[in-house]
Amino acid sequence: MTDAAELQRRTAQLLADHPPATTGRTDFLEARFDAGLAWVHYPEGLGGLGAPRSLQAVVDAELEAAGAPDNDPRRIGIGLGMAAPTILKYGTDEQKQRFLRPLWTGEEVWCQLFSEPGAGSDLAALGTRAVREAGGDWVVNGQKVWTSSAHVARWAILIARTDPDVPKHAGITYFLCDMTDPGVEVRPLRQITGEAEFNEVFLTGVRIPDARRLGEVGEGWRVAQTTLNNERVAIGGMRLPREGGMIGPIARTWRERPELRTHDLHQRLLKLWVEAEVARLTGERLRQQLASGQPGPEGAGMKLAFARLNQEISGLEVELRGEEGLLYDDWTMRRPELVDFTGRDAGYRYLRSKGNSIEGGTSEVLLNIVAERVLGLPSEPRTDKDVAWKDLAR
Amino acid sequence: MTDLLYSEEEEALRSAVRDLLTDRLDPAGVIARTESDAPHDVSLWKTLTGDMGLAGLLIPEELDGQGATHREAAVVLEELGRTVAPVPYLTSAVVATEALLACGADDLLVRLASATTVAALAVGLHTAPGAAFPAVRLENGLLSGELTGIADAVAADLLLVPADDGGLYAVQASSVTVTSQVSFDLTRPLATVTLAGTPAGARLGDAGPAVRRALRAGAGLLASEQLGLAEWALTETVRYLKERKQFNRSVGGFQALKHRLAQLWLEVVNLRAGARAAADALANGEDADLATAVAQAYAAPVAVRAAEEALQLHAGIGMTWEHPVHLCLKRAKADSIAYGTAGAHRTAVAELVDLRAP
Ligand SMILES: Cc1cc2nc3c(=O)[nH]c(=O)nc-3n(C[C@H](O)[C@H](O)[C@H](O)COP(=O)(O)OP(=O)(O)OC[C@H]3O[C@@H](n4cnc5c(N)ncnc54)[C@H](O)[C@@H]3O)c2cc1C
Repeated sequence: MTDAAELQRRTAQLLADHPPATTGRTDFLEARFDAGLAWVHYPEGLGGLGAPRSLQAVVDAELEAAGAPDNDPRRIGIGLGMAAPTILKYGTDEQKQRFLRPLWTGEEVWCQLFSEPGAGSDLAALGTRAVREAGGDWVVNGQKVWTSSAHVARWAILIARTDPDVPKHAGITYFLCDMTDPGVEVRPLRQITGEAEFNEVFLTGVRIPDARRLGEVGEGWRVAQTTLNNERVAIGGMRLPREGGMIGPIARTWRERPELRTHDLHQRLLKLWVEAEVARLTGERLRQQLASGQPGPEGAGMKLAFARLNQEISGLEVELRGEEGLLYDDWTMRRPELVDFTGRDAGYRYLRSKGNSIEGGTSEVLLNIVAERVLGLPSEPRTDKDVAWKDLAR
Repeated sequence: MTDLLYSEEEEALRSAVRDLLTDRLDPAGVIARTESDAPHDVSLWKTLTGDMGLAGLLIPEELDGQGATHREAAVVLEELGRTVAPVPYLTSAVVATEALLACGADDLLVRLASATTVAALAVGLHTAPGAAFPAVRLENGLLSGELTGIADAVAADLLLVPADDGGLYAVQASSVTVTSQVSFDLTRPLATVTLAGTPAGARLGDAGPAVRRALRAGAGLLASEQLGLAEWALTETVRYLKERKQFNRSVGGFQALKHRLAQLWLEVVNLRAGARAAADALANGEDADLATAVAQAYAAPVAVRAAEEALQLHAGIGMTWEHPVHLCLKRAKADSIAYGTAGAHRTAVAELVDLRAP
C-alpha cells in the first residue's frame, strides 16, 4: 500500500526531475500525471497509484509549497467531476488511455450534453436520437440546452435515445462526443447575468464511432447515474476556511462600510453568518468522514445548503449596498470560461446564484432524493414506468 | 484541526448509554414521574454515575474522575437528549463541575466524581455566558437572599451560590429552602433557593470567571442535547409517517411532507457539525467562545422546529399527553432559553468576529 511517506518521496522526485521554475506548465502537469500523482486514488498508469483518496492532500500540499502549477480545476470542473469518474468506471482500456490524461492536464475541456428543452429534471425523457448505421457507427440528431462550457469544450459526455420502443429509462445509450465533428453547432445562450456561460447545442447528423460508446447499448441511464452522483458530490466537496464562501464579501463590506449598517440588516447578517459557518463545518465533517473511510449521506445535502445560503447572502448584500444596490457592474454579453463569483459585484452574485438551485438538479429534486434515499420515505407514484418512450404523452 | 467525527471509544460509550436508557427509561414512565413529587429518576442517575462513572467524565483521574473531555460528555448528552432523561447530568456533571474546576475545589470534585454529591450552580438557567447574574448578600459570614430559576436544585445536595462580595460559596441544600417552581419543562424542573442567614462556609473562589466558564460549557454541550433531541424527533416522525396511512397510501409518500422532512434532516446534519465543533473546541480550549456561540445560535431554533414538526406531523396523536412528543417539545423550547437565547449568542458572535452593530 502506498503511504504518505512514499507519496512525499515520489512528489520530491517529481519536483527534482521537473523543477516548476524551468518546466513548462503542460509538461509539468503531464509529468505529474505520469508519476501517478494527479489523482492518487486512480489506478497506476491512469494518473494514480491506487492509494487512499485522503492522501491526495499530502501531494497537493507539497506541490503547492513548491510553487508547482495546478490544472485549474475550476475551468475543467465538468471533466474532473463528472466525465472522469464515469470513464474510469465504464470506459474500455482504450478510452481510459485516450481521454483521462488530457482531461486531467486541462488540455481538453469537457462539457455535459444531458439536458434538453423537453427533458430537465425528467432527464430520462430525452428525445435526442442516436441511430446505428450498418457499419456500426451512430448518427445523432437532436438539441441540447443549458450546456455550460460547450463553447470551450473539446469533448462532451452525451446521452441519447437508441430505442424508442422500450420504457424511457431502458432505451438510452451514453456516448463520448467530439465537439469539433461536423454537425455539432454551439450557439451562445445569454443568461440573466448578461453573459453566456451556457449554450444551446444542435446535433445534426453527427457521426459517432461505436468505439466512443461508454457502457452497453441501452445501459446509458445506469452510466449517467454515476455522472449525476459525482456531480452532486463535486459541487459540495470543497474545503473552505472560515468566511471562505459568499459570506466573506458581505462580512468585509459590513466591516469596511459602517455607514451602511442598520439593526435589521445586522440581525439578518448574523443569522446567515452562523448558518454559513455550520454549513462549512458540515462540509469539513463530510471530508473527514470520507478521509477516514466512512462516507455518510451528508453530501446529498451540501448542494442544497449552499444554494440557499448563496442566494440569501448575496440577496442581503444587494440590499446592504442601498443606493449602489440599484446599479450593476456590467451587462456586456461575454462568453466566460468559468463562473466568477468573487471577482464581480453583489448584483452579479445575486443573479448567478439563482442558478445554484437549478444546475446539477433542482433543489426540489434533491429534496426528493434525500427524502427517498436517506430517510427511506416512499417514492412518488409513477405512471410512466412501464410505457414505451414513444407512447408517452408529450 | 477541529475533529468533527466520533472516535471508536465515543461510539462505544454511546451504545453503552443508549442500551441502559433503552432498558430503563420508557416515555410512559417519564410522563408519570413528571406528575409525581419526585421528577428526577434517581435510580437511573445512580446507575449512570455510580456504575458507569459518567458524573466524573470532566474530572481529572487524580480526583477520582474519568479524565475524559467534553467530547465524551457531549455524546452522553446526545443520548440523554434523545430520551429527554430526567437526570441532573448537564447541571451537575457539566455546569457545577466546571465551576468547581475553575475554583480548584478538589475535595468537592472528588465527591461529585463519585456522585455521592449532586451539585447545582445557583444561577438562573436562562443566563447566557458572560451575562450578569444575581448574587445573595454576605454579612458577618451569613448568606441571605433569594435566587430563582435554579435548574435541578430539587435534586441537588450542594448549591454553588454567588455572593455580593464576588465570591462563590458551597452551601448544603439542607441548610436552605428549595421551593419548586411550576416549570415549562417538567423534566428539568426549576426551583427558588432561599437563604436566610445561612453560614457561608469557605469561599471557593471568584464567582465571575467560575460562572462564566460553567455557563460556557453548559451552552456548548447543550447543543449536543439539542442534537439528540432533534434527531429523535426526526427519526420518530419518519418512522411514523411511513406507517401512517391516509388516502390509501402512506402519508410519508406525499411530497409536501417529504420535502419538510428532508429540509429538517439537512438542519440536523448541520447541527451535528456545529455541536461537534463546540464539544471539540471546549475539549482543547481553542476557539471555544466562538464555537460555543455558533453552536448555540444555530441549535435552539433547529431543535424547536424539529419538535414542532414532529408534533404537527403526528397530528392528533401528537397533541395527546400520553405521546412523548410533548416531552421533547417542552425540553426543546426550554433549551432555547437555557444558557442564553439564540439571539444572545448571535450578539456574542458579532463581538467575536468583528461584525459590529450599527
Ligand atoms: C447555470 C446552469 C448551468 C447548467 N449547465 C448544464 C450543463 O452543463 N449540462 C446539462 O446537461 N444541463 C445543464 N443545466 C440544466 C439543468 O440541469 C436543468 O435546468 C435542471 O436539471 C432542471 O431542468 P429544467 O430546467 O428542465 O426544469 P424542469 O424540470 O422543467 O422543472 C421546472 C420546475 O419543476 C420542478 N420539478 C420538476 N420535477 C419535479 C419533481 N419531481 N418534484 C418536484 N418538483 C419538480 C423543478 O424543481 C422546477 O422548479 C444547467 C442549468 C443551469 C441553470
